[in-house]
Amino acid sequence: MEAQELPCVLIDCIGGKHGVYEDHAEFLKERFCLITMKEYLENKNFLGKKIRAIYMWYHKPVINEELLQSLPNLKIVASSGVGIDHLDLSLLSSYGVKVSNTPFIVSTDTADLGMALMLASSRRLVEGHQMAISPDTEYFPADWLGAEVSGATLGIIGMGTIGYKVAERAKAFEMKILYHNRKQRNKEEERAVGATYCKKIDDLLQQADFVMLVVNLTPQTHKLIGKRELQLMKPTAILINISRGLVVDQDALVEALQNKVIKAAALDVTYPEPLPRLDIFFKFNRSECVCCKIRKSL
Amino acid sequence: MRTAQVMAEQDLPGLLIMGIGGTHGVQESLAALLKKHFSVITMKELLENKKEVGKKIQCIFVSEFRPTIDQELLESLPNLKVIGNSGVGVDHLNLKMISNFGVRVTNTPHAVADSTADMGMALMLASARRLVEGSQIAVSPDTNYFAADWLGVEVTRATLGIIGMGRIGYKVAQRARAFEMKILYHNRNRRSQEEEQAVGACYSEMEDLLQQSDFVMLVVNLTPQTEKLIGKKELGLMKPTATLINISRGAVIDQDALVEALQNKTIKAAALDVTYPEPLPRNHPLLKLNNVIITPHIGTATVQATHMMAEEAIANMLSVLNCQPIPSEVFPQ
Repeated sequence: MEAQELPCVLIDCIGGKHGVYEDHAEFLKERFCLITMKEYLENKNFLGKKIRAIYMWYHKPVINEELLQSLPNLKIVASSGVGIDHLDLSLLSSYGVKVSNTPFIVSTDTADLGMALMLASSRRLVEGHQMAISPDTEYFPADWLGAEVSGATLGIIGMGTIGYKVAERAKAFEMKILYHNRKQRNKEEERAVGATYCKKIDDLLQQADFVMLVVNLTPQTHKLIGKRELQLMKPTAILINISRGLVVDQDALVEALQNKVIKAAALDVTYPEPLPRLDIFFKFNRSECVCCKIRKSL
Repeated sequence: MRTAQVMAEQDLPGLLIMGIGGTHGVQESLAALLKKHFSVITMKELLENKKEVGKKIQCIFVSEFRPTIDQELLESLPNLKVIGNSGVGVDHLNLKMISNFGVRVTNTPHAVADSTADMGMALMLASARRLVEGSQIAVSPDTNYFAADWLGVEVTRATLGIIGMGRIGYKVAQRARAFEMKILYHNRNRRSQEEEQAVGACYSEMEDLLQQSDFVMLVVNLTPQTEKLIGKKELGLMKPTATLINISRGAVIDQDALVEALQNKTIKAAALDVTYPEPLPRNHPLLKLNNVIITPHIGTATVQATHMMAEEAIANMLSVLNCQPIPSEVFPQ
């Protein structure tokens, strides 16, 4: 009886490749009556009216006009994660539906991953591991070197919550920190992490040993890093992307890596995800480009 | 001019190195640096004319554990004063034997600290976030989607237990603090209160550290006391969700016990920059476990660190030749 009084929330499914985790479903059920897409589609007329919220997990369920039209009592779409580039905000707004994200909880894990990618790429960790375990390895060559992270210059593009956490971590490695952002942070915030504002992105690109992209994806940041920006970077620089794949002009990146315009890239995000397998084989040399998809941690 | 140049070179003290360039020699740029202060002699040149050339050698620059210092070599170098090791670990040198020949040994503790601490952090983060595995999935020809239930573990706010809080261990603590980690440490000597507070580190007994840590990082030097410091008992004390990271020397861990612990899930994972031997035999079980990251002893393998190590070794060796205070001499135990 009590379950029927709980507000109804639509989710894609529980478990499997993309579904809400079983143990998460348990604590959601303490507050909500969960309805899966399958259940909803089987009984649209009855359930449609009851649904007051959609809980998005890994960008599912996909929300389109047809769905919105059949959920007259929908109040809010709660998206897990901070990025909302997968949502049509004006469409949702036109139906009077609010949208929420989770900007705070993602910040430290994402910042940690940015640091992990920077360190792994700079010290050639993936390559090193492959050498260490390869059946062909007979000795470790003395002339196999990486580049130092400590004391190097990190350019953070996007100094929001996540970008700032990256700066906090990088400071402990005595890195020189430059940042570019729509708005300059205040003096105390800058001083706390030793970050210097670069009003022009060009200044950051020209000086940084590591360029880390920590922006959200909007029309303004789409292909923010293209051929021009890559050419401004040092030939010894490494590009790290923990934003969205579309922030980088991927074709321009491939060309820059192949022509050694920049030294390497470390990408947690690409467009699309996963990349087509032929692109991996023909375009991305594995030793120059560390690709992952490991935003989430327990 | 050329004669004067040649003469000036010959006035410089003789320095023996393994070789220049290639996979085992000293980097060209570092050899150039050495040549500013020494008359550089390669092993090949020595072996071609031991009697004549041997007398000229006053120093040996040991890099990547080469050249091997044995009794025969020491006997052929009557004027040898100092062995300048590139790197901080000297467990590959028989300090007692060398001391019996009246030869001093120096190492480079300052030059290695940042890059080795960085490597410890890199291994911890890579292991926690399953970076190597993730990279393989991302590029594998068999991948057609990224699973939602593929997770790593959090580093921020986790507990790091540092075993060995010397120069490198302290730099690890400084870095880990920025990740809001809870830091426990165990060391022969306790650090001062100020030093502990500066990095938020708590001194612990070994057992407590092993039982409470999510990540255990080995940052000790290899001595008879630290050989097999981590064995079956220690691994058994660790959490089943814990990761062991080694940036010390392979022999600090009982490798067979580690293999067993990883296979039986006594601990969750290991990330090793060092093993015993290096490289491991190609059929070694550690190479086959998917919860192990191994890197080819690259703790100081950066352009910057190798350069600084050469400079520090040069300064140490020159201080011996000039009878000045020696910045980093190491003594037999």
